[in-house]
Amino acid sequence: MSYVGIVLISHSNKVAEGIKDIIRQVIKEVPIEIAGGTDENDIGTSIDKIQLAIDRANDGNGVLLFYDIGSAKMNAEVALEMTGIDNIKIIEAPLLEGAYVAAVESGMGKDIENVYSALMKEFG
Amino acid sequence: MGLQVTEAVEWMKRINEKIHINKEYLTSLDQPIGDGDHGINMARGFQEVSNKITMENYENVAELLKDVAMTLMSKVGGASGPLFGTAFLKMSLVAKGSDTINHDNITRMLEEAVNGVKQRGKAVEGEKTLIDVWSPMVEYFKRVDRFKAGEIAGEAKKAMENTKDIMATKGRAAYFKEKSIGHIDPGAATSFYMFEALSEVIKAGEK
Repeated sequence: MSYVGIVLISHSNKVAEGIKDIIRQVIKEVPIEIAGGTDENDIGTSIDKIQLAIDRANDGNGVLLFYDIGSAKMNAEVALEMTGIDNIKIIEAPLLEGAYVAAVESGMGKDIENVYSALMKEFG
Repeated sequence: MGLQVTEAVEWMKRINEKIHINKEYLTSLDQPIGDGDHGINMARGFQEVSNKITMENYENVAELLKDVAMTLMSKVGGASGPLFGTAFLKMSLVAKGSDTINHDNITRMLEEAVNGVKQRGKAVEGEKTLIDVWSPMVEYFKRVDRFKAGEIAGEAKKAMENTKDIMATKGRAAYFKEKSIGHIDPGAATSFYMFEALSEVIKAGEK
């Protein structure tokens, strides 16, 4: 079975890893990829890392992107425009709480539209 | 007077030099109202730009500006990467098909750059961002009918200094609300160096 993928974009690689750990305690199957920090692993975000994470997280059911502050959203938008994959959405929700809800919903086998509407119901 | 590939390369190298010389200053502007990494980020980005364009042989200015844009987007790290990257990308799109960048097409290039940055950053004039330098510069270029090297840097400097009195409502500085008043916006300062470098390149071409 394949699922809607999740990408965690944070200024800090540790933050992204930590959030993934929290979700993985509960949800094992859903693809979760992280894009934390710059290419040099400094504080910041990287379009290249985000693109790579999107490619890895996508197994054909689309990808939801979660981000933290500042440049994270803009870089997510640029990466999204560059990938050429249709089924991607940037989600306006707190990084941890949003990704957690998305992982649970995706783990139930819901499609991207249904996971999205569950998120909007919770955070919209 | 127009800019061709050689002059555009020179423009980028001068921007790189200015940002390196003023790296500490730019960072000091970013410390009270931001995350204090503007100078470091921009210096890293423009060093990569300088390395990249030195290795390549460009046939036209559009190709050069596109490489500048892509390098800034992937190497800067902060919000300045996608913002300045978008500015140069839009300029590259307008420059496509022109061998020489003259006063008319640079005006259109800058106008598209501002539109792109506004869209990317979801910001407008008066929010204490780089737009507050770029947008007045578009207006300036529209007012005059040819390059006046002596004026460009001064106009940009004035616009940069005006950001001091603005309260930030976009970017990291917006978290500081009224405390952001009294500080020059770092992105505006970097933008000033870009226009100052442009005016120097134009001046050198007039001789």
